Amino acid sequence: MIFPVEVSQISKAFQAGEVQVQALDQVSFKLMPGQVTGLIGPDGAGKTTLMRLLCGLLSIDEGEITVLGLDAAKQPESVQSRVSYMPQRFGLYEDLTAQENLDLYADLKGLAVEDRLERYKTLMHLTGLSPFTKRLAGKLSGGMKQKLGLACALVVPPELLLLDEPTVGVDPVSRRELWQIVYNQVEQAGMTVLLSTAYLDEAERCAEVILLHEGKVINHAPPKHFSEPLQGRTWLFESDQLTPRQLQLKLSLLSGVIDALIANQGVRVVSESTEIESILTAVDPAIKLQIKAVQPIFEDAFISLLKKRDDHSVNYSGSHQLSKSVSSAEEVIKVEKLERRFGDFIAVNDVSFSVKRGEIFGLLGANGAGKSTTFRMLCGLLPLSSGQLSVAGVDLRHASDKARQKIGYMAQKFSLYGNLTVIQNLHFYASCYGLFKKRKQEQVEWALEAFELSDYRDSNAKDLPLGYKQRLSFAVALMHEPEILFLDEPTSGVDPLARREFWARTNALAESGVTVLVTTHFMDEANYCDRLIIMASGQVLAQGTPLQLKQLAQKEAQPLPTMEEAFIYLIEQQTDQSA
Amino acid sequence: MNSPFLLIIALALKEFLALLRDKSSRFVLIGPPIAQLLVFGYAASYDLDNISVAIYNEDRGIASRELVGRIEGSPNINVLYRIQKESEIAGLIDNRDVLLVMHIDSEFSATIAKGESATVQLLLDGRNSNTAMIALNYLRDIILQLNRQWSDQKQARGPPAIIEARAWYNENLHSQWFIVTGIVGLLTLVVTLIVTALSVAREREQGTFDQLLVTPVHPVFILIGKALPGLLIGLIEGGVIITLAVGWFDIPLRGSFVALYLGLFLFLLSAVGIGLMISAICITQQQAVLGAFLFLVPAVILSGFATPIANMPDVVQLLTWIDPLKYFLVIIRSVFMEGGDLGLLWPQFWPMAIIAALSLAMAGWLFKHRMY
Repeated sequence: MIFPVEVSQISKAFQAGEVQVQALDQVSFKLMPGQVTGLIGPDGAGKTTLMRLLCGLLSIDEGEITVLGLDAAKQPESVQSRVSYMPQRFGLYEDLTAQENLDLYADLKGLAVEDRLERYKTLMHLTGLSPFTKRLAGKLSGGMKQKLGLACALVVPPELLLLDEPTVGVDPVSRRELWQIVYNQVEQAGMTVLLSTAYLDEAERCAEVILLHEGKVINHAPPKHFSEPLQGRTWLFESDQLTPRQLQLKLSLLSGVIDALIANQGVRVVSESTEIESILTAVDPAIKLQIKAVQPIFEDAFISLLKKRDDHSVNYSGSHQLSKSVSSAEEVIKVEKLERRFGDFIAVNDVSFSVKRGEIFGLLGANGAGKSTTFRMLCGLLPLSSGQLSVAGVDLRHASDKARQKIGYMAQKFSLYGNLTVIQNLHFYASCYGLFKKRKQEQVEWALEAFELSDYRDSNAKDLPLGYKQRLSFAVALMHEPEILFLDEPTSGVDPLARREFWARTNALAESGVTVLVTTHFMDEANYCDRLIIMASGQVLAQGTPLQLKQLAQKEAQPLPTMEEAFIYLIEQQTDQSA
Repeated sequence: MNSPFLLIIALALKEFLALLRDKSSRFVLIGPPIAQLLVFGYAASYDLDNISVAIYNEDRGIASRELVGRIEGSPNINVLYRIQKESEIAGLIDNRDVLLVMHIDSEFSATIAKGESATVQLLLDGRNSNTAMIALNYLRDIILQLNRQWSDQKQARGPPAIIEARAWYNENLHSQWFIVTGIVGLLTLVVTLIVTALSVAREREQGTFDQLLVTPVHPVFILIGKALPGLLIGLIEGGVIITLAVGWFDIPLRGSFVALYLGLFLFLLSAVGIGLMISAICITQQQAVLGAFLFLVPAVILSGFATPIANMPDVVQLLTWIDPLKYFLVIIRSVFMEGGDLGLLWPQFWPMAIIAALSLAMAGWLFKHRMY
């Protein structure tokens, strides 16, 4: 049998500052032809490096790569002419129209002029972009840009298609469509596809999955094989006395529990053995629990495989020394008919909501839905075009400096000083929040300890691994013990383990009375919120508790819809109305 | 805010660290200024020491030989060609082989011997008018001296008036004295302006500015924190160049050191104000660099760094009033060569103080109104 890709014993290291990073370590695998193989692993696992090696864009330190029978290291040009690679940020020319972009890639790939019309027709039909061929690529939505990128990558049907995180930050509807295009290519043209993703639910859509961690292949098998060992070890816990958040906090601390995740009205638990009794006896008998056995999913397998590797379970509760009387009726954040225009473009349109003290309030939506713009207005970083808002009783844009003492802010992009060390960053921001001398020392020490940053205290912030950058940003936002936290896409690009750690901290904060406003494009993270709004193209589609929103999409065919299904339902409703 | 002083220190310290921990920006502060000092100090000079000349002498007389001898003896002149035909002249000048051709006609010595006035023709390459004028002056001097000698020899009455020139302050008219003192102003302006203009733009690009704006720090403190490093770096850099001017280029420092540093301080304060204004307007570092040069180039030309302000049209002269470099160049040249002090230079201090106050206030206003 001839494999389209054969990789044997390859290693690749990079020099990052003074540290040598082993991106790939003795990686070997073979890809089966004519199917989709998923490349899954946390950030920094080596996914992108592997993809770039496969199409000859990087040189290998050791080992051998054979792509379509060619040596990728020695004949990169021949490989590139038969392989299509779509990087995370595909090189669309934003000032050219969709059609002009396609023409450009057709020219680059040498597609014969007489074949173009037919190919364009097929691709435009497949991507549903036919009505938008004359639009500038820069003016397309995030999902449409990805689809156009994929169309450009497919303009000459390649024998091997490499897709690097094509679905990250894309709305669920476009995600579903992107997958359909990929499946279509596999079925119709017999293409071999290697696709990396940060969404674990997408693993189950692949025929085979390669799990990569710290440059090593952990496992390579069909997705079902991953979750098989977990049969009989996954449960759904529910309780009427506790909120899911409180229940999760309790369960995650018990020994014998590998993972506890809020799901629907309860908590999904992965146990170490099929024996659940030992866990149950550890729970306070006063709490009544309903327990159901559930089917394991890929994410359970991922967590149980990786959690064993770097095992650190920290108790996050009480990290915040906030002791304020919680009066939950008080509305801390109020937004009414908020609007923001940039020229003709309406980024935020008629958005209203309010957040009570101690709530976790979510803004859910794809990239470009207007979440960050809303956030920047709330934090006083951007003036409003019209409408009203108040945070802790004031508009932060015109408020006194004292009002800003009450808020903590974590930006979407890492935004601390990259060439300052961790400790210098902490000291600086402590001063900005009016912490000096002894108090400053205390809080900086707390941040180093609670966020396990001590090992990196003298490293430049820009050289930190992504997960640690996120911890540092979170520490900076929390050092002055704010009452209100603004978290803009805090989990974007972060692996599932770090995401769990982040949410555990956030939950603990909310339990101690901190109001949290968070944006996310991960649909499953909506379960952590008390209430949320779903946004698309600047508008609020729906507002309510996670359960209420999911019930919107309830019908006979799907009695227990997920948040993603609810989102797709709402988007379709909106399109129907406007049509 | 209970400790504004500690806060400002923290802000300024952060600026310094962000600047100095970065290899490339550290280099920008040290490399180019030293290179420019050497290039300007040695390469830029109005003195001509090697004027290439061709002589077309059709005369065989004593007078012409004496004239040619003098020209050949001059340390600034290098006689490269002696030509025999008029047709050779054009080629030499066109190819820039010589800067000027001196033509002495066949009647020259005979006319002088008769006691009458004779003519010498000078053909100059006017493509660089400045150099041509200087070369012409050198030759004029030689001929003037020769004239005087001849009239002495004949015991005739000399020319009715003789100019006796003596240059005050720069006795030997070293153009290096003029240029190196100007560089002090030029380089400190460039460094300070770039450091401050880039500082906010860099933070905007990296997203750190948002993080800073959501803290309770008042924008005025942010502004002060941003102003201090530029000011300090400018003062230190200015000190280094002044030391080199005295120690390396041997330019005498005759006036009040206090006046010089007060001038430098006010000058840098206005540079910081302008830098912060640029910074407040620009979103990216690229825009900030362009903005800085948009200010720098006219500021240097209008300052009288190289060309006299008196030669500019009246309208343009009005513009020079808002150029802080103009005032500082007067101060530094006066302190160095003329021995200027606080009293003498007062008219230069207050306009800079006004420019500084206005630009800083403007920068503060722009900060408040362009926070997105």
